[in-house]
Amino acid sequence: MNKNTIRCQDLSKRFGEITAVEGVNLTLAAGRFLALLGPSGCGKTTTLRLLAGFEIPDHGEIEISGRQVNGPGLHLPPEKRQVGMVFQEYALFPHLSVADNVAYGLPKGSDKQARVQEILALVDLTGMGSRMPYELSGGQQQRVALARALAPNPDLVLLDEPFSNLDAGLRGQVRAEVRQILRRVGATVIFVTHDQEEALSLADEVGVMMDGRLVQVDSPQKLYHRPVNRRVAEFVGEANFLPGQVNNGTVTCELGEFSSDGIHTGAVEVMLRPEQVQLRPADNGPAEVIERTYYGHDQLVRLRLKSGAELHSRLLGSAGEFYPGQRVELKAADEVAVYNK
Amino acid sequence: MTATTTKLNTILTRVEPAWMRQRRVSRPPLYLLLPALFVASAVVLPLGYLLLRAAGAAGVKVVNILLQPRTIEVFLGSAGLAMSVTLASIVIGVLLAWLTVRTDLPGRRFWAVATVLPLTLPSYVGAFTLIAALGPRGLVQAWLEPLGIERLPSIYGFPGALLALTLFTYPYVLLSVRAGLRGLDPSLEEVARSMGRGPLRVFWEITLPHLRPSIYAGGLLVALYTLSDFGAVSLLRFNAFTRAIYLQYSASFDRSAAAVLALLLVLLTLLILSVEGRMRGKARYYRSSSGTVRRPARLKLGRWRTPALAFCALVVLLGLMLPLSVIGFWLARGLLAGEALPLDFNIVFNSISASGLAALAAVLAAIPLAILTVRFPDRASRWLERSTYLGYALPGIVIALSLVFFGANYAPFLYQTLALLVFAYVVRFLPQAFGSSRASLLQLSPRLEEAARSLGRTPWQVLTSVTAPLLKPGLLTGLALVFLTGMKELPATLLLGPTGFYTLATRIWGATEEAFFARAAAPALLLVLVSAISIWIILSQEEKGFGKR
Repeated sequence: MNKNTIRCQDLSKRFGEITAVEGVNLTLAAGRFLALLGPSGCGKTTTLRLLAGFEIPDHGEIEISGRQVNGPGLHLPPEKRQVGMVFQEYALFPHLSVADNVAYGLPKGSDKQARVQEILALVDLTGMGSRMPYELSGGQQQRVALARALAPNPDLVLLDEPFSNLDAGLRGQVRAEVRQILRRVGATVIFVTHDQEEALSLADEVGVMMDGRLVQVDSPQKLYHRPVNRRVAEFVGEANFLPGQVNNGTVTCELGEFSSDGIHTGAVEVMLRPEQVQLRPADNGPAEVIERTYYGHDQLVRLRLKSGAELHSRLLGSAGEFYPGQRVELKAADEVAVYNK
Repeated sequence: MTATTTKLNTILTRVEPAWMRQRRVSRPPLYLLLPALFVASAVVLPLGYLLLRAAGAAGVKVVNILLQPRTIEVFLGSAGLAMSVTLASIVIGVLLAWLTVRTDLPGRRFWAVATVLPLTLPSYVGAFTLIAALGPRGLVQAWLEPLGIERLPSIYGFPGALLALTLFTYPYVLLSVRAGLRGLDPSLEEVARSMGRGPLRVFWEITLPHLRPSIYAGGLLVALYTLSDFGAVSLLRFNAFTRAIYLQYSASFDRSAAAVLALLLVLLTLLILSVEGRMRGKARYYRSSSGTVRRPARLKLGRWRTPALAFCALVVLLGLMLPLSVIGFWLARGLLAGEALPLDFNIVFNSISASGLAALAAVLAAIPLAILTVRFPDRASRWLERSTYLGYALPGIVIALSLVFFGANYAPFLYQTLALLVFAYVVRFLPQAFGSSRASLLQLSPRLEEAARSLGRTPWQVLTSVTAPLLKPGLLTGLALVFLTGMKELPATLLLGPTGFYTLATRIWGATEEAFFARAAAPALLLVLVSAISIWIILSQEEKGFGKR
């Protein structure tokens, strides 16, 4: 399961009038973990289904571990792609036992029994082989679906919104388990989610899709702090925007001077995450507290600047008490993103 | 009765899972498309021929037939009967539904079951029992004769048809309104009560308007059933369309008059369907909450208790106890009088073989259609689907008649063979086989099939290892339904059965016509059982359908 690469080139797919996927280019190295993140209807699931072979692209090429599966006049059917898929609703065969579900994709004549045991142990379901799917909890069903997809040793594992069917309380734990399992087998993984926290915390790389286009692929940290445009910035987390001006390699805005990325010039917009804005009570401070919401672990403070612009600041819960009308001083971290106005 | 029962089933359970709304792209494979096309055209063919045939009768002649006073009389009679039966059924059905769901009627659970049971009597069996009880040579007359009463008011004609059809079809309204009442959010009524309205005004202003869709749905079934009924009106000698068509067909050599009448009946059916469609479109109410609704408080009947009980008792007495006692009486009497064998096994065998073959054929025909319409829903497959519903919309006698024409002219080697009869059954009952396979296919997420594909199986392997095993329960249900309904089929069997081929249904019909009531009793009992089983299957299917949501 090494040396695989996934490559999509200029992938496009329309459904009637609607363009679901347009000009998607993507490369993923073997063993890497990619999240496709985007609002609903952005084309991320269609991209996944194109990779799996369930949809036929109108245009473009797909290569999986060095083998072309889509191209001009070429469409390899799903069963010949060696792509494992975990569906949002798991899609376990209800008439087959757990073991039979897992064995379903194993080739004839192989030692199915041994492989099933091995893979059930991997997902921590040893001894559950004879159960029927409906006898399992949601988290267990999820692991069976994962085991079934991994059993034939696929070149690529696709997961479609894999955690959205789980209770919020269970989700964090299952996410960690699933990630561990996938890491252990060294699988190359693409998963789809609309939950930015899920994407950032699980993936090596996050691809943001909007309106059918892949607008940015980056490491979670880079994506969070250097989103390519305002829409991505807003989608990937909370964001403050302030007007600014670039002069001689520095950006000036109401919060002070920051180093520029060297690309943008003139009038710009400066983006800061709320936790990049730190506060200190000061009688003659330049900003005023409008509202404070306390969450325990952290707190969100809404501020009004001198210019009238509003700003959000996220602080630890222990960072002090703030109340409406209070004057504060601001300190911003140097990492800002800059966009053309 | 059963084609209509499935209609009820379809109306009540036509919920589509979320994945049905997703766009599909792929084209259906030929091994699905070709058989589906074949089935749909086989179903449409006879009707098309009937149209041709009626058009073939020269225009002047058609006008002549249409303008005959008899034709107009039949038209008005049929329409009048359908309307009266529907209204009477709505009154009885709504009242019973309300009493059993919303009041403290003593023995509610018992009445809730007992008032649905008349549905298990095929209408001609019901008509037979009414005639055997109240007819000129019936039980009641025999008891009253010594008292000097020489003639009861006649059971034949409009009053008898109205009584029989109302008694055995009101449960359609009852079932649909009951489902509506149970789904109604009680907080609507509570809000009205809190604004100072009394219980009666609340029922009138809030409950009833919200029940309108259920009333329309049930009423539509009753109206369609009444129009298509052949057995009851012909036994009770009311000159409705179906009877007139049959008489025209069997009495005269010129069969185009029958064809014209049949088309007129089809038009009337379409008219009712379109009126209902329009009314339902206007009466679309949203349900303010989904899922299980809180149980509303039951209304105390107080001094209305006794009249309410008497009403329930009367309905159950006439619709259930009377028919069953009559059947029991004539059965016992036949046995005591040493009447040869009360049940001819040849007849049972005929019924079983014809409907068994039809069940197999209908299910086989339904599979490609169901997969096509569920997995590849586009405009073309919707038309294919609609065409199969002809069996719903067309009265049995019309289907039978069109096949008679078709067989006599184009397939004389098939005419009056078991094969053509089985074909007629398939046309009539395909919707049942199709409906239950479609329903279980809808439960089956396409993700299952995709999962199987991604695990290395070809489409054909997926069909055999995943789709087929999961579809099995639905197919078996369809098989059972078509088999059980086929057992009760009357008009097509009369018109198309090979010479000397009697089934349970035709035996009851013939024996009642000749007033050999004892001979009809045993087949009637058997058919009531058969019918009870099929209705039980349909209703339990319906519950499953609701449970999933």
